[in-house]
Amino acid sequence: MAFLQQFALLLALLIVLSSSCAGVGLNYSSKSSVTTNTTTSTNDSTDGHAASTITTLPIVIWKWHHVETPYLVALWILTCWLCKLVAQLNHSFTSVIPESGLLIMMGFILGGIVWGADKAQTFKLIPVNFFYYLLPQIVLDASYCMPNKLFFSNLGAILVHAVIGTCWNAGTVGVAMWGCYEGDAMGNLNIGLLQFLLYGALLSAVDPVAVIAVFEEVHVNEVLYILVFGESLLNDGVTVVLYNVFDAFVSLGGPKINAEEIIKGIVSFFVVSFGGSFLGVVFAILISMLTRITYKVQIIEAGFIIVLGYLSYLTAEMLSLSAILSITFCGVCCQKYITANMDEKSVLTLRYVLKVMANGSETMIFVFLGVSAIDVDIWVWNTGFILLTILFIVVFRIMGVFFLNWLLNQTRLIPIDLTDQLVMGYGGLRGAVAYGLAASLDEKKIPEKNLMLGTTLIVVYFTVILQGITMKPLVQWLKVKKATHSDLTLNGKMNNRVFEHILTAMEDICGRMGDNWWTRHWKYFEDKYICWLLMKKDAREQQDPIFGAFHKLNLEDAKQYVTEGESKGALAFIRNYDNASIDFKKKLALEYADIMGDMSEYDFDIDNVPVTSVMKNPIPSVSLDIHELDRRSMHDDLSAHHVLDHHLYKSRRDNHAAYSRSNYKTSENPDETQEIFQRTMRSRLDSFKSAKMGVHPSKKLSKRPKKDSTYKPNGKPADPHRTHPFGDEDFEFTADSTSSSEFAGHFPMRNTNAPDAGVDNPAFIPEMDMPPPMLNPPWQTETANNTAVAPSQRAQGRLPWTPTNLRRLAPLRLSARSTDTFAMADASVDDEAPEEKPGTNHTRL
Amino acid sequence: MGSTNSTLLKIPNVEVLMQETGFSPAHIIRLHDRFKALDKEGRGHLCPQDFGAIKELAMNPIGDRIIGAFFSPGKETVDFDTFVKILAHFRPVDKDRPKELNSPEPINSRSNKLRFAFQLYDQDKDGKISRDELLQVLRAMLGMQVTEEQLESVADRTIQEADLDRDDAISFEEFRKSLEKINIDNLMSIRFLR
Repeated sequence: MAFLQQFALLLALLIVLSSSCAGVGLNYSSKSSVTTNTTTSTNDSTDGHAASTITTLPIVIWKWHHVETPYLVALWILTCWLCKLVAQLNHSFTSVIPESGLLIMMGFILGGIVWGADKAQTFKLIPVNFFYYLLPQIVLDASYCMPNKLFFSNLGAILVHAVIGTCWNAGTVGVAMWGCYEGDAMGNLNIGLLQFLLYGALLSAVDPVAVIAVFEEVHVNEVLYILVFGESLLNDGVTVVLYNVFDAFVSLGGPKINAEEIIKGIVSFFVVSFGGSFLGVVFAILISMLTRITYKVQIIEAGFIIVLGYLSYLTAEMLSLSAILSITFCGVCCQKYITANMDEKSVLTLRYVLKVMANGSETMIFVFLGVSAIDVDIWVWNTGFILLTILFIVVFRIMGVFFLNWLLNQTRLIPIDLTDQLVMGYGGLRGAVAYGLAASLDEKKIPEKNLMLGTTLIVVYFTVILQGITMKPLVQWLKVKKATHSDLTLNGKMNNRVFEHILTAMEDICGRMGDNWWTRHWKYFEDKYICWLLMKKDAREQQDPIFGAFHKLNLEDAKQYVTEGESKGALAFIRNYDNASIDFKKKLALEYADIMGDMSEYDFDIDNVPVTSVMKNPIPSVSLDIHELDRRSMHDDLSAHHVLDHHLYKSRRDNHAAYSRSNYKTSENPDETQEIFQRTMRSRLDSFKSAKMGVHPSKKLSKRPKKDSTYKPNGKPADPHRTHPFGDEDFEFTADSTSSSEFAGHFPMRNTNAPDAGVDNPAFIPEMDMPPPMLNPPWQTETANNTAVAPSQRAQGRLPWTPTNLRRLAPLRLSARSTDTFAMADASVDDEAPEEKPGTNHTRL
Repeated sequence: MGSTNSTLLKIPNVEVLMQETGFSPAHIIRLHDRFKALDKEGRGHLCPQDFGAIKELAMNPIGDRIIGAFFSPGKETVDFDTFVKILAHFRPVDKDRPKELNSPEPINSRSNKLRFAFQLYDQDKDGKISRDELLQVLRAMLGMQVTEEQLESVADRTIQEADLDRDDAISFEEFRKSLEKINIDNLMSIRFLR
């Protein structure tokens, strides 16, 4: 991805301060990267290059200086990530100390090593690198993964905390520190009121990482979660704005500040914040509109979002608007539309790439927060100053939170209860933003810069490590309300909708414009105009959440069905009569499989989560636990693939080109999973059909007349490029009838199983899934039995798991009048079958 | 305040009503004003047509059912008492209020809120949501977006999910069970009725 490359190159600036000690640094980072604490410095050949005149043709030359910068960057990234790996090795450790704390401590060690070698801290976090190359992706990731509905329904409270709360923190800490200074509590310093206010402003940035990690682990209730998460995200932006305003005041100097300047300062505060947010929304619109057409370059689709998000950050910076707010709103606003517009795969890619980048730079930030501490130059110790700072930030934070929550509770439907407030107050950890701002103080204007920087570092350590450690016990001790995990159910989805309608109706009857009134009108507006502008046509058409839920549940069932069946050996569980009848839900999934196929458009439901990532997600509309969710869904995906890959079609993999430069769609993966799924489903369906009278006189099944006497178990999957959801265009065929009949002769006929049907289990056809004479499944053995299921070549060229194709699995229809499609589906099997014949010869090993 | 008291006095049984519903005098007055505004002809009760005149309600896909919920079977009118009691379902649950022993279950309790929703489905009042009843609601809500067949399968699956005794219908008990994990108190409460 272009951006990643660019990102890596630009990161180069991060670490390198002087080239003279680069070799030593290199040596150390590589040493420490294997986390040994060896302090030997054994680099003697580092500078052995001589690029001047050569006397003879060199075979290899040492070109350290050519690669120095990117090399160091890459090594440091590797080192930091290995630190994370080490930190995560022992879970019992991370369950006590939050990961961020551990990373900082490892940073201490790394910093110590560098210091020991260089006798100076050559590597530290420079504000420019932090703000331009490390922070943006963290904010973009956080905002892109923001649970949208929750965020916007609590936006008021979040804004109050982020704006008023931050100003309150900055002001009170600054003034109180100044008061104590005037009261002679910290000796003689060269700091005035304005500088103290600036100091207060930079200390008001609340860092989400550590708190959120704890929250995710204990699954606190979603309101508390979103309040803290949303606040810390927006608060970073507000802090930077506030910092800039005070910084301007400081440069202006005390005497020049009059009422006019103060008003200007306030105006600029709002202009910068709202301007930044507005710019973010503009970029969100741009991105959404762009993703309407990016399907043509699907492979770099996800990259567009990242680059444009980054541009929104830089543009805001260029216009001296709030960059953090810009990228925040960009991510939050475009989320829904791009998820609907982009291909499912791109959505997943984007999520993972963002996660990788955000987690990566988060790790680096914390490690470097530790590394930066090991430096004598920045430490100016002033006990009074440090202690008072810590006292004030904790006390005023808690006071502010309680006051604002009291205010909010006056009107909230569900008041924020006391324990939640306490946790919110205590969760005010300071992080890298505070450090970054402190480091970017101008020493000419602030003579005591180092004191402030050092104190900020101590505050960061104190809050991240100490408060971070105590956070979890506190949450557990206070018995903070946990999030209720509800499974995704159709009843839940449907009744949610009913409740919404009831509430709006009641508001109408009461004649009040309540929250639901606004929600409804926004929805109406959004559906009518915004979606029209920002969404692709086909993405726009179907997005009903109830249907999305239905679709997801069906997919889940179907997948489970296959996995379960295979794990028990060729779907043995349906052999059992009792099981089969009890497991009605699963059969239901089968019956619906045809409808499922029609629903490929609903992959993106209102929750904007791609289906594959929510398959097993117990929290339907909102995931509090973002990281865990990803891990889990990734694991699910993997495990499913693993199971399927493992059991089936192993050999075919080698048969086709595994790599294509620009189009992974056609070559990434042979559709083994898809096809196996289809095959098993189809065979089962056929057997259902034939035996429906005997075993399950379910009313729907028995209603349908027996259609065909001959069923073919292996239909060829549908053409990948046909995406008509309901139309029958899918069923046009290019079959030659002669080979059709010929082929039919080779086929295991349905009636061979008929005797079994009534007695044992009609749902199982031995010849289909595992022909008795063969111990191995047909696709694993090399036999001349062409009648066995064999995939067509075309099947290899399709996306795995495209739900569109699933329709073909299940010619069953529920209502009586759908028998046409049913017949068509069967016909399609018959007609298409011959086409496979040539395919079988090539694709088998 | 004089005007407040005089308005309250005009409402019969206002004390009992407040006791039962838990509304404050301010709420009662506001609702009374609204009631009078809806009752254009000043008959002292509301007819379905009065509700129908609310423009926004007409847009509500299940609006007619909600209106229907105000009228007990066989009745064509709703008086102020009933009106208030129906709306009291949507008062947020107040945790602070001490629980009196022996007091009847408050109108805004969880199961009462659920029962209100349940009866919107259960139009024939047989205590069960049948497939057809569910289908009607789904059809109203999903509207043109999906085909009839899809609707039917959604309905089937929904019943499947909640139906514990396999009678192809959802009883109230099953309804409640299926929504066990959902925070009804939050979803079925209106802020300004607090």
